[in-house]
Amino acid sequence: MTILVFSVILFLGALIAGLLGSLTGLGGGVVLIPLLTLVFKVDIHYAIGTSLISVIATSSGAAAAYVKEGITNIRLGMFLELATTAGAIGGAFLATYLPTSVIAILFGFILIVSALLSFARPADPVTEGRPSSLSQKLRLNSSFPTPEGERHYLVKNVVGGFIMMNIAGMISGLLGIGSGALKVIAMDNIMRIPFKVSTTTSNFMIGVTAAASVGIYLKRGYIDPGLSMPVMLGVLAGAFLGSRMLTKAKTKSLKMLFALVILVLAAEMIYNGIKHTI
Amino acid sequence: MTTSNGARRLGRKFRDADLEQIIGSLLRNGVLASSVVVLAGGIVYLVRHGGRYPEYHHFQGEPDKMRKPLLMWEAVWRGEGRPLIQLGLLILVATPIARILFSFIGYLLEKDYLYAVLTAIVLLVILCNF
Repeated sequence: MTILVFSVILFLGALIAGLLGSLTGLGGGVVLIPLLTLVFKVDIHYAIGTSLISVIATSSGAAAAYVKEGITNIRLGMFLELATTAGAIGGAFLATYLPTSVIAILFGFILIVSALLSFARPADPVTEGRPSSLSQKLRLNSSFPTPEGERHYLVKNVVGGFIMMNIAGMISGLLGIGSGALKVIAMDNIMRIPFKVSTTTSNFMIGVTAAASVGIYLKRGYIDPGLSMPVMLGVLAGAFLGSRMLTKAKTKSLKMLFALVILVLAAEMIYNGIKHTI
Repeated sequence: MTTSNGARRLGRKFRDADLEQIIGSLLRNGVLASSVVVLAGGIVYLVRHGGRYPEYHHFQGEPDKMRKPLLMWEAVWRGEGRPLIQLGLLILVATPIARILFSFIGYLLEKDYLYAVLTAIVLLVILCNF
């Protein structure tokens, strides 16, 4: 397989990953690393670097639209980025010391968590009662536009959310994914923020979190232009197509299928990790 | 909220909604610009090396001209495609970092010093590790 053929196939693979990721809301990053390592037999360090790049591209592209609509809670994002960037840098350092087999097994487990969580989202949290003093001091309580007018919400358990975000950032730096699933746990379940706000704010933070660790990957030579070029362009094209053809009716069965694919990939990553063939 | 000098020169108060519009445009243009540069570098790369065979199975690490911005820049002027792709990727990575810088300036204009300090810390943490 020549470089030209390899690049075209990689572009198409990334396009499909980006399309599915955007249609299901699970993000394309989670399938990119298994695609690169299991199918194309790329060393996992290169795969992580490539995935980080694609994560920055898709999250920045999507965040641009959400931010202008006023749904994203920028203050909350900025505050939690303290936690995620510190975690991401720690994770990136850890990645250079851990054996590839351990990274693969850990990746498999995070994939399983992400797939399961996509089904286990609780009802939209109700935010009532009195605001906590910390969320008031940090001016985190906010509102967002809905068809029925502005909806106000309160942010709970700021400290708990901050710690969870630190872990999410570390996983992101270690495995080269956006770890959107963990960010959403922190914001939905711990801080009790409405879905729309938590999803868009998580997406807003992913770019900065990945940028924090990408410098370390670049310095260590893990970012390869020949891999990043087709993957970045493919994922962006896929995500753009996905945002254009978003039809609510079909996403449920698609999400089920995509989660199934992720579970199979997770098993494969763990198996290869245990057998030391990755 | 008091009006700052910088915002008064703009004719009105600088508010969160203004910051949202600026950040939104910045993110979109950054991604667009980087895609164009990466695509251009990709075309040069495929024209020059498209017929060769890729080797990614064993990790070797990238040479210096793929890791250090100054060396990348020099290699681009020699007509190399891969360093041009890397430069495009640097623009991409710089986009969210520039977003923090803009937020920092925005919070200063809003006189929200708590958030100006928080954003400055995030910015420093990222730049120190680059």
